[in-house]
Amino acid sequence: MRTGTVYTETVIYSAPEAFVNEVPYQTAIVALDGGGKVTGRIVGDRVQIDDRVVEVEERDGVPFFQRK
Amino acid sequence: MRDVAVIGVGKTSFGAFPDRDLRSLAVEAGEKALKNGHVAPSQIESFYLGNFAGPSFVGQNHLAPYVSTALGIQGVPATRIEAACASSGSAFFHGWSEVASGVNDIVMVAGVEKMTSQTTARVSQILAEAGDCSGEMRAGNTFASLFAMIARRHMHDFGTKKEHLSAVAVKNHANGALNPDAHMRKVITLEQALNAKPIAEPLNLYDCSLISDGAAAAILVPLERAREFTDKPVRVLGIAQASDYVALDQKDDITTFPAVRRAGEKAYRMAGVSPKDIQFAELHDCFTIAEIIATEDLGFVARGEGGPYAFEGRTARTGERPVNTSGGLKAKGHPVGATGVGQIFDLVQQIRCEAGGRQIPRHSLGLAQNLGGSGATCVVTILGAA
Repeated sequence: MRTGTVYTETVIYSAPEAFVNEVPYQTAIVALDGGGKVTGRIVGDRVQIDDRVVEVEERDGVPFFQRK
Repeated sequence: MRDVAVIGVGKTSFGAFPDRDLRSLAVEAGEKALKNGHVAPSQIESFYLGNFAGPSFVGQNHLAPYVSTALGIQGVPATRIEAACASSGSAFFHGWSEVASGVNDIVMVAGVEKMTSQTTARVSQILAEAGDCSGEMRAGNTFASLFAMIARRHMHDFGTKKEHLSAVAVKNHANGALNPDAHMRKVITLEQALNAKPIAEPLNLYDCSLISDGAAAAILVPLERAREFTDKPVRVLGIAQASDYVALDQKDDITTFPAVRRAGEKAYRMAGVSPKDIQFAELHDCFTIAEIIATEDLGFVARGEGGPYAFEGRTARTGERPVNTSGGLKAKGHPVGATGVGQIFDLVQQIRCEAGGRQIPRHSLGLAQNLGGSGATCVVTILGAA
């Protein structure tokens, strides 16, 4: 699974229609160790900028990361 | 290329108007601009309409002739421009280029959005379509959350504080309270701004612009003909549009908007001015962090200094370079497709000394910056007394 470092993150309280039942949830842009950045969701503990994360699954094309 | 002038402007109030439809708002703004510029509908040679999401918000497409014919403008090119929140800034750029190039002499540019008939969750969904729907938005982001991520990184890299963001909201609300056409005429304190309900951390309710209905319009002619119509023409000294990635994660550095820098540099060059010459500005404060970054990208201050610049009151109405004397998107309101031309309206009011209680003493050279999405489109316009 891909690993990387949190480049930036936020916790969302006001969601678009399709996600209103999931608030609050965290999204992040992750700088991947292999290069490039990807936007995904964070599961488990909240993360901060510079935290190391690992991809734990992909749902509907969206990578889900967890603190490493 | 010919010099171009704005001869007439018109605008509806911005707000929530359950009894008004999209077309009636656009027609009100257009008729006011015609009257203000002493122009008859039959004289308009081309019509541009900025609109982001009429089809999604109100179920109507083919909007340009839908509006122009209701204004009595018949037979001429009627073109809709969509560039997210920069739709009518871009429409203004295209209208200007027609006049500057000599294709047409008398061009109307309008912008309109009717948003408040939808729920906030639905509005967020529709606005999200201005982001990358195959990536960042699929993960559950909103525009607020994209700008929240920008704010987080700006805070990390430059030490920008939540108080700096909130200072922008306090300032723009203070200005909006003096604007009779503003959506929210409410003064707020720094404490209120700091403690509002969270939307996407670190942004709260007062860091976000409003969901509004509204329209604005302007009429452009060659400068050499401007005095046939008005004794108060306003000159377009510089204008440029630039573009960048739609998805935030494709950018190397999300704390700066290359499209803003590029459009700003080109507009400054065309006008023959530098950032220090700009006396006042209407900047795209869709979120408080966006105004802070705009002051940096446009060269008003150095990278990373936008937070303290706002917090110290230097962009206040009484400061060295007032920003958003209209109240900005934050308090005046943000009917997205109308915002770009709305900013032009506000610059013209200040330059003509018609801004009432918001009038500032140094008002002969102003800049408008209209941003689309999280920075994929930017239009910068510099206006001055003719």
